Amino acid sequence: MTDGMTLSRRGLLGTGLAFTFAFAGPGTAEAQSAPAGPATLNAYVRIAPDGTITIQAPVPEMGQASNTALPLIVAEELDADWSKVRIETAPVRPAYDSPVFRSQFVVASLSVRGYWMPLRVAGAQARRVLLDAVAARWGVPVDQLTTEPSVVVHAASGRRIGYGEVAAFATVPATLPEIAPAALKPVSAFRLVGRDVPRFDVPAKATGQAVFAIDVRLPGMLHATVARSPGLGARPLTHNGAALLARPGITHVLPLDQGVAIVGEKVEAVLAARRELAVTWSPGEGATHSSEPALASYLADARDTAKQGVAVVRNGEAAQAIAGAARVHTAEFTSDYVYHAQMEPLTCVAHVTADAVEVWAGTQWPSLVRDEAAKIAGIPADRVTVNMLTMGGGFGRRAAIDYAIEAVTIAKAVGRPVKVMATREDDIANAHVRPMTAHRIDVGLDAAGKITGWRHRLAADLVVPMLYGRARLDAQRGVDHIVTYHANVAHYDVPAALTEHVYREHGVRTAPWRGIGAGPNAFAVEAVIDDLARQANADPLAYRLALLKDARAKAVVEAAGAMAEWGRRREGTSLGIGFAKLGLPQLGEALSATVAEVAVDRANGQIRVLRLWCAADIGLPVQPRNAMRQIEASLLWGVSSALTERLTFRDGAVEQTNFSDYEVLRASDTPQVQVRLIRSGEMPLPAAELGLGTVAPAISNAVLAATGRRLSAMPFTRDRVRAALGA
Amino acid sequence: MISLTVNNRAVTVAAEPETPLLWVLREHLGLTGTKYGCGVAACGACTVHLEGEAVRSCSIPASAAAGRAVTTIEGLPGGANHPLVRAWVAVEAPQCGYCQTGQIMQAATLLARTPRPTRDEIVAHMDGNLCRCATYNQIVEAIEQAAGSV
Repeated sequence: MTDGMTLSRRGLLGTGLAFTFAFAGPGTAEAQSAPAGPATLNAYVRIAPDGTITIQAPVPEMGQASNTALPLIVAEELDADWSKVRIETAPVRPAYDSPVFRSQFVVASLSVRGYWMPLRVAGAQARRVLLDAVAARWGVPVDQLTTEPSVVVHAASGRRIGYGEVAAFATVPATLPEIAPAALKPVSAFRLVGRDVPRFDVPAKATGQAVFAIDVRLPGMLHATVARSPGLGARPLTHNGAALLARPGITHVLPLDQGVAIVGEKVEAVLAARRELAVTWSPGEGATHSSEPALASYLADARDTAKQGVAVVRNGEAAQAIAGAARVHTAEFTSDYVYHAQMEPLTCVAHVTADAVEVWAGTQWPSLVRDEAAKIAGIPADRVTVNMLTMGGGFGRRAAIDYAIEAVTIAKAVGRPVKVMATREDDIANAHVRPMTAHRIDVGLDAAGKITGWRHRLAADLVVPMLYGRARLDAQRGVDHIVTYHANVAHYDVPAALTEHVYREHGVRTAPWRGIGAGPNAFAVEAVIDDLARQANADPLAYRLALLKDARAKAVVEAAGAMAEWGRRREGTSLGIGFAKLGLPQLGEALSATVAEVAVDRANGQIRVLRLWCAADIGLPVQPRNAMRQIEASLLWGVSSALTERLTFRDGAVEQTNFSDYEVLRASDTPQVQVRLIRSGEMPLPAAELGLGTVAPAISNAVLAATGRRLSAMPFTRDRVRAALGA
Repeated sequence: MISLTVNNRAVTVAAEPETPLLWVLREHLGLTGTKYGCGVAACGACTVHLEGEAVRSCSIPASAAAGRAVTTIEGLPGGANHPLVRAWVAVEAPQCGYCQTGQIMQAATLLARTPRPTRDEIVAHMDGNLCRCATYNQIVEAIEQAAGSV
C-alpha cells in the first residue's frame, strides 16, 4: 500500500534508444501489448496480431477530450473497429507536431482543427499499407480491395482478412505511401467522426486512478515548493533559508532567478517550512503597481486619442467617418485581472542525470518543456523525455512553462528526482493573469442611424511578449493577437473600423486565459451593439440580424433566439443576447450566439443567471456531445468571470490568497445551459473556448433591458451593480 | 506514529500528529485519488469520509484520525461498480477530472442519508466542492441518476 500506481518501462516505437515511464492502468495498451510484436505502420498507428490497434494521441489531455477525438479521426480513415482501439499518449517528438504551431502545443482550441488533415492522412496511410500487403499476398490489384471495420475484403473472390492477421505479415515500406486528398473518405461515409463515443479518460477519472503530475511518485524522489517573486524582475535578496535547513527533513534551500525553493524528503515538512520562509525581494518592474489606480489610468489612455496605440484593425478611415458623423455614440468598459484557478496547483516532476532529463508534467507546451530542459541540462533535446500527463485544468495557464523550468533547475541542483508543487497560495501569488482592460468605443452614425465608422481603443497589458518573447511581438508589428482578439466588428456591416491597442506594462505576469481577448473585447463590442439597437428603437436580436453580414452568423443568432423563445415576456427576469466567434479567418471561425435569462436584485445588487441558450456553429462536430459540454463549460467561465472573478494587485503583489477570496462559480450559481450545434461545412472548427465572449454582454444586455442601466465594469460585483442601478 | 483504519485496513504511519490527513493518505499510503487543491478546506478536492462523514482531509490533522476509520475514493464500496461511479461514467461528468473524486466522496454522504434528494438538496450539499471545468450540471445529473439506481 505504499505505491498508488504502477510504473512500467517500455520501449518506444521504432527506437531501441529512448525509454520512458508509462503509467499502466487497467485497460491501457501497455498492460495488454501483444507478445508477437505489433506492426508499426506509421507514427500514429501500430497493430498487434490479435487485432489490437494502438493509436497515439499527439497532445496532452486537460479535460478537452481531444485524446479521444484525435485518435477517432485516425480510426475513421483507417476504417478501424473502434472497440479494438487502444489510445496511448504520444511521446514528445517532431513527428507529433501540430501543423499549426510546428510544435506539440495545445492552445486556441486548435487541436482537432489543427491535426484534422494529418490524422486523416495517417489513418488513410496505415490503411493503404495494409491494403498493399494484402494485394501482394493475394495477387490481386489493390483497387479491388475494400475495407469494413478492421477487415480487408476482396469482394470478387469473397475473401476476407482481419487487420491483425495482415499486420503479422505486412512489411512497412521505407517510404510510406502518399495519400492524395481525393483518396480520403468522403465525409458522408464517416461512421465514427460525428457520432459520440465514450471518452477514454473518464473511467480513470471517476475512480481516482488517473495520474496527474501531482500524483507521480518515484523512488528517491524529493519534494519542493517555490516562493516566487511578486512580479517580473524581482529577485531574492535575503532569506532565512539557513534556519529552515536546520529543520528535520529539509535538504536544500535554493535561491532561483525569480524565487526561492525549499526542498525536502517529505511534502508536509516542505510545506511547513514554506510557511516560515521569509524572503526580501529586489524591486521589480511592477513594484508600485496597484490595480485600482492603474485602471483609472488605463481608461484615461483609452480616452486620449492623442496617445497612439498599435493599429490592430484598420479598415477604411474610421476616424474621419466619426469626425463627419451626424451623431456619435460613445461607450466605455473595463475588466479586471482574472486568474486561471486550475484545480491542480502547478506541479512538475523532473530527474536530471549526467546525460538525460526526464520530466513528468501537465503542460500545454510539451515541446517547449523539452527544449528548455535540454538547455538547462546542457544536453541535446533528444536526450530529454517529457511525459505528457493529464492536467488538472490548463485553461492557458499551462501554456506558460515557468514551473517546469523551475523543476528541471531544482532537479539539476539536487541530483535526485524532485516533485515541485505550488501551494494554492503560491499558485495565485504567481498568477499569470488575463490582462486588465479599459475600452473606449466611438461609433459614427449618419442621419438615418446607419453606422459609418467604428473606433475601438483598448488599453491593456500584453501577453504575447510573456508567452512568446518580445521578438514575436515585433515580428507581428506590435500586434498582440491574444489581448486584442475579438476587438473588431468584422461580422457586422461597418464600412470603416479602427482598433488600437495602447500598451500598459507593469511587470505583471500574463498568460492566455480561456477565450483570450474574447472575454473583455466581445463584452465591449456586443454591449455597444445593444446600445445602438436601443437608440434605434430596434429589438436587439432583430438589429443584429440586420447588421450581420454572413449567413452563418445570422443563423446562430436566430437559433439562439428561437431556443430562448426570445419574444416571450418573462415575469421578474429579462433576456439579453451576445454574439462571439472563435478562431481566425484563415483557419476557419466558429460562431456562437447566447441568450441569457437574468434576474437582478436591485436592493442587494445580486445578479442571478438562470438560463443560457447557446447556438454554436463549429463546422463539422467530431464528438458532438463533448463539443456541447466544452461549450457549456466555456459559457460558465463566462458567467464566473462576468459575476465574481477579480484578481487585484496592491503595491506590485497579488492581494488574493486562495479560493476563499478568489471566487469562482459554484453549483448554486450555475444556470441551466442548453447548447445547440449547427453543422456547417466539412471541417471541424475550434470549440472549447467558444461562447465565453457571449456571456458577459448577454448578462449586461439583459440588465439593460430590465433596468435601462448599463453594467460596464467586469465583473459585475454587487457593489458595482448597486452603483450602476443608483440604489 | 499514528494508527488508523483506511479503507478497512489497519495502518500505522510515521507521520507527525499535525500532518494533514491528506498527506498521510497521499504520501504515506500512496492513495493519490484524494487531491490537494487549496489546503484550507475551501475547494473540496480532498474530500474523504471520516467515520462516514465527508471531511476535508487537507484541514484535518492526522492526530484527529487516529483510531478512526477513513474511506477514500480507492475504498468506495464496489469501486468502479459503485452507483455513483457508474453514473459519473455514464453521464461523463469529468472534464479535467481533478476535483471529481472529491465530488463523488461528497455526493456519497448525501445519498447515504437522503437516498432520493431533490435537485435543491443536491446543489446545497455539493456547493462547497468547486469544479473549475464547471461540470456542475453534469455532477447534479450523475447524482440524480445514481439516486435512481440505488
